[in-house]
Amino acid sequence: MSEVTLVVNGRKVSGAVEDRTLLVHFLRENLNLTGTHVGCDTSQCGACVVHVDGKAVKSCTMLAVQASGSTVTTIEGLANGADLHPVQAAFKENHGLQCGFCTPGMIMTATDMIRRHPDGLDEATVRAELEGNICRCTGYHNIVKAILAASKTMSKASKSKANKAA
Amino acid sequence: MTEHTPNLKAAKITGGVATDQRHDSAHKHVAGTAVYIDDMPEPAGTLHVGLGLSNVAHGTLKNVDLSEVRSAPGVVDVLTYADVPGENDVSPSGMHDDPVFAQGKVQFHGQPIFAVVAETREQARRAARLAKIEYEELPAIISIWDLDTEKDKQVASPLTLTRGDAAAAIAAAPRRVKGRMKLGGQDHFYLEGQISLAVPGEDDEVTVYCSTQGPSETQHLVAHVLGVPSHAVTVEVRRMGGGFGGKETQANQCAAIAAIAAKKHKRAVKVRLDRDEDMTATGKRHDFAIDYEVGFDDEGNILGVDYIFALNAGFSADLSGPVGDRALFHCDNTYFYPNVHAKSAPLYTNTVSNTAFRGFGGPQGMVGAERVIDEVAFAVGKDSLEIRKLNFYDPMGAPGDRNLTPYHQKVEDCIIQRIVAELEESADYARRRREIAAFNNNSRFIKRGMALTPVKFGISFTKTESNQAGALVHVYADGSVHMNHGGTEMGQGLHLKVAQVVAEEFQIDLDRVKITATTTAKVPNTAPTAASSGADLNGMAAQDAARQIRKRLAAFAAEKYQVPTDQVVFLPNRVRVGNQEISFNDLVKQAYLNRIQLSAAGFYKTPKIHWDRAKGRGHAFYYFAYGAACSEVSVDTLTGEYVVERADILHDTGRSLNRAIDIGQVEGGFIQGMGWLTTEELWWDGKGRLRTHAPSTYKIPLASDRPKIFNVALTDWSEAYEPTIHRSKAVGEPPLPHGMSVLHALSDAVASVADHKICPRLDAPATPERVLMAIERLRAEAAPKK
Ligand code: FES
Ligand code: FES
Repeated sequence: MSEVTLVVNGRKVSGAVEDRTLLVHFLRENLNLTGTHVGCDTSQCGACVVHVDGKAVKSCTMLAVQASGSTVTTIEGLANGADLHPVQAAFKENHGLQCGFCTPGMIMTATDMIRRHPDGLDEATVRAELEGNICRCTGYHNIVKAILAASKTMSKASKSKANKAA
Repeated sequence: MTEHTPNLKAAKITGGVATDQRHDSAHKHVAGTAVYIDDMPEPAGTLHVGLGLSNVAHGTLKNVDLSEVRSAPGVVDVLTYADVPGENDVSPSGMHDDPVFAQGKVQFHGQPIFAVVAETREQARRAARLAKIEYEELPAIISIWDLDTEKDKQVASPLTLTRGDAAAAIAAAPRRVKGRMKLGGQDHFYLEGQISLAVPGEDDEVTVYCSTQGPSETQHLVAHVLGVPSHAVTVEVRRMGGGFGGKETQANQCAAIAAIAAKKHKRAVKVRLDRDEDMTATGKRHDFAIDYEVGFDDEGNILGVDYIFALNAGFSADLSGPVGDRALFHCDNTYFYPNVHAKSAPLYTNTVSNTAFRGFGGPQGMVGAERVIDEVAFAVGKDSLEIRKLNFYDPMGAPGDRNLTPYHQKVEDCIIQRIVAELEESADYARRRREIAAFNNNSRFIKRGMALTPVKFGISFTKTESNQAGALVHVYADGSVHMNHGGTEMGQGLHLKVAQVVAEEFQIDLDRVKITATTTAKVPNTAPTAASSGADLNGMAAQDAARQIRKRLAAFAAEKYQVPTDQVVFLPNRVRVGNQEISFNDLVKQAYLNRIQLSAAGFYKTPKIHWDRAKGRGHAFYYFAYGAACSEVSVDTLTGEYVVERADILHDTGRSLNRAIDIGQVEGGFIQGMGWLTTEELWWDGKGRLRTHAPSTYKIPLASDRPKIFNVALTDWSEAYEPTIHRSKAVGEPPLPHGMSVLHALSDAVASVADHKICPRLDAPATPERVLMAIERLRAEAAPKK
C-alpha cells in the first residue's frame, strides 16, 4: 500500500492504494469520478483519457502512485461551473456522440490536441491524432467536426484575448 | 418547487417530430455525468465476479479442481452448474443448448465453466486462474468452410425459399456462372462491455441492472435460471454504451450469473467482463460461406439464381436460425429474380455461439447478391452499375410484375431507381469513372476503384410476436410528463425520438417530457430493441398512450366548458376550448381536481405482416428502407494497402423524425459496415482459440480510416408507404450494408490490374493481405500462358 496525494479537478485528495492500482480505478472507485470510462482495459480505446499535469494520458496505463504529486483533470473538472468547456459544447452542438461512452475520453484528447495546436487544426491532423481513441458508434464524422469547431472558437477566443492584451 | 412558465404564444412547440434535436443525454455525455451501469453507486458489500473459461474448444470435463480457487484471498464463493437453482440454460430459442456454466463437457474455447465471487474484481479474476481442469479433448470443428450443408450438424432447422424453377432457368440460360464466397464475421466492440449488477430483494425477488437490449428476455431467462416466476425479477437499463445486437441475447448470461450469486449471498453482485473475456466468451456476427450459381442473358438480365448460405452458428442455436432466414430474405437485395432457389444452413462448430449483429444476416445476404451482380457484369463486360439497374425491382407504382421477392411478398414501395439516379448525379459517377480509368492508365502502382451499391432492407421482426410494443405515459398534476416504453437506449437516440412523438401528441415542449430508464416493472413482455424497429414500435405505443390521455383531457374540457369535443384543439403548450385558450398545465390541473385519469398504457402491434416459414411465403416485412452508397478507393498494388478517398451516401428514412440523429446512424452504420468488410478480421487458430480478442489485433475503423471526403444525405422527398409513426422509416440497420460499396470499390481497383476482364472474387474482410493476394491471382490469371 502507498499513500498518494494529488490535485484532482482543483481539489487536493489523498488516499492509501495498493501499489498496482491504476489511476483510472483510483479515480472511479476512490473518488467516484465515474465520467472516466474503461473501454478496453489495455490502453487502446482511449475512453479513459484524463489530463495529468495538463497532458492527455490514458489513465488505465498509469498507476495511481505514478500520478502522485500531479494535477489531474477529469471530464468532470473540465467545465467552468455550469458553463461547458468549448470542446464539450462543440461535441454537444455537432452531435459528436451517440452512446456517449467514448465521449469523455474523446473530449479530453481533443482538448489536449487543441492546446498543442493553438493556431488551429486541420482535418488531417485531427484524424491522425485521434488514432488512440476508438468510437464504435459515430463513424467519427461529427467528432472530427466538433474538434475542428472547438479549435476555431478557442483560437479565436485566445486571439481576441491576445489582441486585447496588446 | 420551480414553476414552469410555458411559452403560450408559440407557433410551434420546441422538439416535436421531424425536428433535428440533439441527443437527450448529450449534455450528460459531454460532462461525464451520464450514468452507465458500472458508474452506478455500488450498494455496500457488493461482490464481484471473475469467470473461469474453457481452455479447449471441445472436450469432456474429466476433473474440475477448484480448491485453490476457493482458498484464494478475498474469494467468497465459486459457482458452477451445481449452484444453478433453476435451469442451467439461457437459450433464447428454447432449444436448451446454452448452459450458464458448462456441465460435463465444453464446446468452445472460452466457454464459462465456473464463476468466482470475491470481495473485489481483481481478487475474483486472479483466483479464476488457479483452477485445475483436466479435459479429455475431442475433435473440434473450427470453420464451416469445408462442412457439408446437407450432412453436417446444424443447430436449427434450415430455411428454403423457392419461386419459379431456378435449376431449369439456369440450365436454359444463355450464360452461367458458379462460385463461392467467404465472408467473415464481426465482433460488436460496443465500447461498454457486457455488465450486470444484481441486487437481491425480499423473498424471491431480485433486480438486475443490465446492459441489455432485451430487458424482458433477460428477465424471463433470469427467472428461468433462478427457478422463480418472472414477476420476481426486475430488469432495468437506462442506457448502454453501444449494443449493435451484441446485447440482445448475449447480456443474459452475465445477468443470470450475477442474479444467482446475489440471491445465494444476499449481497449485490456485479459481473463486468473485461475486453478480452468479452471478445472470447460472447457471440459475434456470423461468418458465412456463400455458394451461388446464376443464369443470365447476354445483356446481363438475371434469369435464375441458386444460393446456399452456410453460416457459422457456433456451438448452440442462439439466434442462428433466424439470422440465416434473414440472409435469405435479403439475398435479392434490390433485384428481381425471375427464378430463385435459396437455402440456409446454420452449421454447428466448436466456436462461440454467434448472434445478432446490426443487420442480423441481412447484410450477408446482400453481399451474396452483390457478388452475383459482379460476376454477371464481368461475364458480359459491363459496368456493374448497369447490371444493377437492369435487374432492379420495378419502381413503386409501375404497372409491371417484376416485384415479387423470393418469399412471395410484393415489393410495393421501391424507390431505388430514384435514389441511385440522384446519387449518380451528386457523386458525379460518370465523370469520375472516366477519370479513374485515365488515372489507372497513368499510374503504375496505385490503382483507383469505385463502386455504387444499393440497399433495400426489410423492416419487421420475422418472429411475429416480437412486433408488439408497450408504453406507459403519466401526466402529473403540474403538466409535466413521464414517459416510459419497452425500447432501450444504446446511443441510437430512441428515447429522444419517442419523446418527440409524445411532445407532438400533447403539443408541449420536449423538455416537459421526462425520459426514464427501461424497466420490466413498467412495461412488460417487450421485444428486444432490435431489427431497427425501436422507434417504429415504441413510438406508436407511446403515441397510443398519449392519445388516450389527450382524449380524456379533451372530453373533460368539452364537458367543463360546454363546447363540442371538436372545438377542443391542442395548440403549442395550450389548449383552445371554444374561443378561449388555457395553458396545458392549467387544463391538466383542472382535470386532476376533477378526478380524470392522467396515466395510460399504450400498445402497438405491426399490422399486415405474416410469415409461414414452412411454406417460405408471407408478407414478412411491413415495408422496406432504401439507400445507396458510392465509394472510391486507391490501392497500393505492391502492398495491398488502401485508402477510402471518398464516399457519398443517399439514404431513405422516410419522413425522418429527427434528421440529425438519422444522419448519425447512416454515418456510423456505413463505417461499421466498412470495418466488417475490410479491416475487422476474426482469426481462430487450429485449436479454436480466437487470436484477435483485443483492439491490438482486431482492427475496427479509426478516425483516420474514414473516407477523406464523406457526403451523407437523406432523401428529403420520401415518406413511408405505410402509415408508420409520422411516416418515418427505421434507420438502425439499413445503412450498415452501405459498407459494401467499399468492398466493391476495392474489387474494382483490383480488377484494373487485369484490365477489368476477370472478376476479382474478392472475399471479405478485404484486408490488405487479401487485396494483395487477389491482385497477384488476377495478374497470374491474366498473364499469357507459357
Ligand atoms: S480503457 Fe484505457 S485505453 Fe481503453
Ligand atoms: S459514441 Fe458510442 S463509442 Fe463513441
